[in-house]
Amino acid sequence: MSPSTDQENLPAVTRLFRRHHSALTPLLLLSPALLILLFVIALPMAFSLYASFTPYRMTRPDSIETFIGLRNYIRLIGNDDFWAAFLRTLLFLAIALNLELILGLGIALLIDRVTLGQRLLRTIMMFPMMFSPILVGFQFKFIFNDNIGVVNNALQFLGLADQAIPWLVDGTLAMGAILFAEIWMSTSVFAIVLLAGLFAMPRDPLEAAKVDGCTPWQSFRHVTLPFLLPFAYIAMTIRSLDVARAYDIVAIMTDGGPAGRTELLWTLIARVGFDNARMGEANAMAFMASLLSILFTWFLFTRLLAARRTMGGVE
Amino acid sequence: MAAITLEQVVKRFGRDEVIHGIDLRIAHDEFVVLVGPSGCGKSTTLRMIAGLEDLSDGTIRIGDQVVNDLPPRKRNLAMVFQNYALYPHMNVRQNLGFGLTIAGEPKEVVAERVQDTAALLGLSDLLDRLPAELSGGERQRVAMGRALVRRPEAFLFDEPLSNLDAKLRVQMRGEIKRLHTAVRTTIVYVTHDQVEAMTLADRIVVMQDGRIEQIGQPMTLFDHPVNTFVAGFIGTPPMNLIPARIAGDEIAFNDGQQIPLPDRFTALVTEGQSVIFGLRPDHLCPDKKQRETGTSLVEIPLKVHMIEPHGAEMLLHARLAGQPVLGKMYAPRPVAPGDQLTFQLALDKIHLFDAASGRSVTAR
Ligand SMILES: Nc1ncnc2c1ncn2[C@@H]1O[C@H](COP(=O)(O)OP(=O)(O)OP(=O)(O)O)[C@@H](O)[C@H]1O
Ligand SMILES: [Mg+2]
Repeated sequence: MSPSTDQENLPAVTRLFRRHHSALTPLLLLSPALLILLFVIALPMAFSLYASFTPYRMTRPDSIETFIGLRNYIRLIGNDDFWAAFLRTLLFLAIALNLELILGLGIALLIDRVTLGQRLLRTIMMFPMMFSPILVGFQFKFIFNDNIGVVNNALQFLGLADQAIPWLVDGTLAMGAILFAEIWMSTSVFAIVLLAGLFAMPRDPLEAAKVDGCTPWQSFRHVTLPFLLPFAYIAMTIRSLDVARAYDIVAIMTDGGPAGRTELLWTLIARVGFDNARMGEANAMAFMASLLSILFTWFLFTRLLAARRTMGGVE
Repeated sequence: MAAITLEQVVKRFGRDEVIHGIDLRIAHDEFVVLVGPSGCGKSTTLRMIAGLEDLSDGTIRIGDQVVNDLPPRKRNLAMVFQNYALYPHMNVRQNLGFGLTIAGEPKEVVAERVQDTAALLGLSDLLDRLPAELSGGERQRVAMGRALVRRPEAFLFDEPLSNLDAKLRVQMRGEIKRLHTAVRTTIVYVTHDQVEAMTLADRIVVMQDGRIEQIGQPMTLFDHPVNTFVAGFIGTPPMNLIPARIAGDEIAFNDGQQIPLPDRFTALVTEGQSVIFGLRPDHLCPDKKQRETGTSLVEIPLKVHMIEPHGAEMLLHARLAGQPVLGKMYAPRPVAPGDQLTFQLALDKIHLFDAASGRSVTAR
């Protein structure tokens, strides 16, 4: 043990760094990112989790200091509004994702066939994604308006309806209208990811299938579809996070109404938290909602891994 | 089992014409091998027969039916692809059984045929693996098996053994030959391998640049190549081809060496004609072997500059008229590079080609 003499004159931090050179370097280099994550995600999350254990109301700031344990959560279990929104969100998620998958697949398959102007089509296809959800909300609020909306005007003009249909007033119709807007905006996510999958697909198994006697539908069913499955799960995972956060479109088009019949988790949470100022309860709801997201993501991810394993890919 | 007929078949990719009107009649239950250098259009021809490429011109018939516009699935052919084309998401068992399942065969029949084929190809232990978990040779055998489980009108093989080790290749070659004798199916087989072509084929089709150079039984091609291309392509090691000129009763090489012009050529060549002299290494020997067969021989002294022992025989590299030539020694004895040896040249075995056209002077 005879460290060079000038080593002792170095500042302590530098010496420490030198000694643990290899162990500390990655941490040091990652620290800016880690700090940002800490302040932007971890701290608000921790605060929000803590708040869900208090009766915090923004009108009475000192209420944040009262700890009431799981009482917010226990109250949620008996809250019918919450469960209605929860189930509606689940249904909304299931319908939106499946329809977007089917439509996106259709679009991707069509565009894959097109030889002339394919780039242009691909760009056009992405337009709906470029609008802000708020804009899309307003757009469809107008389109589905029962008096001046395009849909009713068209239906009446064509003689398909003699009265104005209350698109955004009737509960089921309003849900449908919101779904329509959501699907209009986001189907291209599926289309893009699936199109990428189609481009990456090796062509020779398809040829082998033809020689093996497959009809075009059988080739699609037994060769193309299994290949696209991992891509579908990736798109679903991305979209399930989005839809579970669906707020803007719903807030603009119906704001959860009429009479709470299009209330989804996030509009409910916003209402409870900000309008009713019951932050503690809202935070508890938010954590339950996150649980739903996590479950969806976990489910889709296990399916993704399974699908990739059979594709011969590495996990 | 059906005959396959190609008439004036042309294939263009965009503006590139890669197949220039080929004619080929494959009898039912015939084993035809396509050979030719890389890029000459063998795979394209096979793919047109399978229906995977459209014809630009001409007709293809299977049996009596013109199949130009028939989709692949209606042609009832089985194909082994050059790049395997296995289904990546199916295990070996499913890959093998897929065609039968699609054809609506009952489960037990599929299972039984898959078992039999797997056993034949030594794949029985791999049935539950995915293609990604197989070696190149194993994948190739699965590709082979996928064709063999079926009972098609004809088999199309695109270099099906190229990735197997030497021993397995010989064994598989035997299996294919046995398959052909047993079920008498029409087979169109593409290969680079001389030995495969010679041993398997009823007839060999030699292709170059999208044209058929010669069609014939293996030994016909070997003994009577119609041009220098076929002469150089069929047979390993390839035939020695050396420019020369007809001078009276002699074939004169550029360096002044002469050998007698065999009688059978005298009516076919003209005085002073530029020719290519062809002779297989098997008939240029420094030992006595050839003399015992009673052919007429001339002796020519050549300096050996490289030797290539092949076990039972030895290849000798030398030069004749400035051109590299190969000779063969059937009873190897020690030879050192630089030795001058007297080679026996078998006059009966000489080929002569017209230098300008490359065509054999004996070809009609
Ligand atoms: N899809 C394609 N588009 C354009 N050119 C092609 C296409 N497929 C093949 N070719 C060309 O056609 C020619 C014949 O190709 P082919 O694959 O039939 O050769 P091959 O005889 O099978 O060669 P190899 O022995 O290397 O497999 C080649 O020049 C190739 O570049
Ligand atoms: Mg090829």
